[in-house]
Amino acid sequence: MWKGGEDGKPPRKAGRREPRLGPHSWILRLRHTTVVSTKKNIAALRRETYTLDFIKKQIEEFNIGKRHLANMMGEDPETFTQEDIDRAIAYLFPSGLFEKRARPIMKHPEQIFPKQRAIQWGEDGRPFHFLFYTGKPSYYSLMHEAYGKILDVEKHQNQLRAQGLFSEKTKTKDLIGSRWLIKEELEEILVEKLSDQDYAQFIRLLERLLTLQRGGAEEEFVQRFRRSVTIQSKKQLIEPVQYDEQGMAFSRSEGRRKSAEAEAVVYAHGSGRVSVNGTDYLLYFPVTQDREQLMFPFHFLDRLGKHDVACTVSGGGRAAQAGAIRLAVARALCTLVTEEEVEWMRQAGLLTADLRVRERKKPGQEGARRKFTWKKR
Amino acid sequence: DSSPLQRLPCLDAGHFLHTGSQAPQNLAAHLDNQVPVESPRAVSRTSESDPAKHGEQHEGQHYNIPLQDLKAVFPHGLPPRFVMQVKTFNEACLMVRKPALELLHYLKNTNFAHPAVRYVLYGEKGTGKTLSLCHIIHFCAKQDWLILHIPDAHLWVKNCRNLLQSTYNKQRLDQPLEASIWLKNFKTANERFLSQIKVQEKYVWNKRESTEKGSPLGEVVEQGITRVRNATDAVGIVLKELKRQSSSGIFHLLVAVDGVNALWGRTTLKREDKSPIAPEELALIYNLRKMVKNDWHGGAIVLTLSQTGSVFKPRKAFLPQELLGKEGFDTLDPFIPILVSNYNPKEFESCIQYYLENNWLQHEKAHTEDGKKELLFLSNTNPGQLERLCAYL
Repeated sequence: MWKGGEDGKPPRKAGRREPRLGPHSWILRLRHTTVVSTKKNIAALRRETYTLDFIKKQIEEFNIGKRHLANMMGEDPETFTQEDIDRAIAYLFPSGLFEKRARPIMKHPEQIFPKQRAIQWGEDGRPFHFLFYTGKPSYYSLMHEAYGKILDVEKHQNQLRAQGLFSEKTKTKDLIGSRWLIKEELEEILVEKLSDQDYAQFIRLLERLLTLQRGGAEEEFVQRFRRSVTIQSKKQLIEPVQYDEQGMAFSRSEGRRKSAEAEAVVYAHGSGRVSVNGTDYLLYFPVTQDREQLMFPFHFLDRLGKHDVACTVSGGGRAAQAGAIRLAVARALCTLVTEEEVEWMRQAGLLTADLRVRERKKPGQEGARRKFTWKKR
Repeated sequence: DSSPLQRLPCLDAGHFLHTGSQAPQNLAAHLDNQVPVESPRAVSRTSESDPAKHGEQHEGQHYNIPLQDLKAVFPHGLPPRFVMQVKTFNEACLMVRKPALELLHYLKNTNFAHPAVRYVLYGEKGTGKTLSLCHIIHFCAKQDWLILHIPDAHLWVKNCRNLLQSTYNKQRLDQPLEASIWLKNFKTANERFLSQIKVQEKYVWNKRESTEKGSPLGEVVEQGITRVRNATDAVGIVLKELKRQSSSGIFHLLVAVDGVNALWGRTTLKREDKSPIAPEELALIYNLRKMVKNDWHGGAIVLTLSQTGSVFKPRKAFLPQELLGKEGFDTLDPFIPILVSNYNPKEFESCIQYYLENNWLQHEKAHTEDGKKELLFLSNTNPGQLERLCAYL
């Protein structure tokens, strides 16, 4: 409850004059109209919108800052790329944080500030886009455009058929190596939320366009919505070419698993003898499971008795050492084996390092996941 | 003679091809009408069941031991896994291998006038030392030697519940249970000798019982079995008598001890006041040590080192120096060491064939070359490992 003033009326905020008619009444009236016109923008101001001016200012500041940074690092400001900026920031502000996204970054404002729609109506309150009242104007306009293209192509085809110049050839563009945009990417382009059915409908439209005979413009339109898939992702592996020593061809590589590190030397011609840290693998791994792990790369490639292995291993436990040696042996075998077999090994999971490490025990719990016994009272 | 008869029920019609050199028998006549064997696979069996006639050509092949012989010769000598295998396959087949052949050769040429030669079979775990020893024992049994076989000397230095103070010598300790068990088995193995050998001294057991001079050794053994308290002393007497009389030439004595590294080393036994017992303080061990010395003639001593049952020895130790220790090595020196190693490819192939014949390997890939290579890699041609692996298939 407010304290009663002299008049018995509620206290007014400072700065707001009472509406009293007088010589300044026109100013007050103007004020009212400005209040009315800004009411429509309150809806847009509710979210944190960054005005266009603000973004432009940020971009200017970014460019100036980029030039300063280049001068600081002693490099040419004209040819200072984003990678150089990242390196410079990492150098000037070293951070030990584990989460990469929490570290200091300096990127172009377009990448930092989320994309927002410009205000879609004018001074008079009339929206610019003709599909504004559908709720998803850019999506529906895109669908409209695609369907328009389909109709054009069909009309063209009908004309050709009527003239008799229609040829049945369907050139199938190589669709391997590229994929459709995913829903998130489409949302990002259109800057509005879509539902799954909307997305599916759009993809169906594009596929229908693909089945028809299309010209270059349509092709370009469709290609805007395809992204290339990394070619078979086997190019991650770099295999050192095998080198010789004493006339014997061998290849050496390392492997790690859960704090065990192993280094394996696989000889190209041998009789299937494996020695671990100088002792026979039968004595080093009395458990059959570990020996099966060692056998897996050779058995997979059907080269059981053809290679000799000499490896050293340290750290970890019994199974971790076996896993580390297996990874090292598989990597070493990459050099001695054809590319196709390398791809098979990769798909079998022989070349992937196992990232599982022991999870930390948390306070308030007995182990990493196990909680203390819950007692009702 | 009885070997083809016994072998026929085990073989299927399709497996006749695996039989080796056939002795001319009337039953074998129709077998000879089959296609003669020239299979590229190694032949896994031989019909030669007399170890005396085993030679180089039988290397890698299994020979059959008739089951009655098995009970007579090996009441207690076979390793437990082998006993299970015999029970499963209903036949006992041992593989003829090079170390055993070497030993047989030496034994055939022993000069019984010279002091007994000591042969020590050593090798990594699971390579077949105990079974080679059994092969030798079978040979000697066929040759009518007296077999003194201690199946596992490690059993005498660990897990012994009741230790009594020895009646003969106050400082030493008796092990009645182990001694009586051993005497029972000894009796089964050497029945025919017990009546022939005569004791050369009078032994007084207690106020009422005594064994006169000239009475057969069987009486001493009976006394040990019935009166468990005197079992250890009975064992000691048996050993002493045999040692003395082997030089006389009535019989040849084979001393076969498995796990001889138990005689020198440490025991896990403790007295009531928790002080550890050294092996010399056990009467059985003391007498056995005397036996293993080569100051008698008329026989041979074949010993096996074993890490598997040993106490306080690292797992990877298999050389005589490591397992016997300095004391044991000096006592046993000089000896002929025989290394028992893993299977060579021919023996490995033969073993797999034997399992396949007995339908032991049920996995469909077991016949194929790939399967064999897998087994080879996984077991690294170690016989013990291979047997354990195949048990799962």
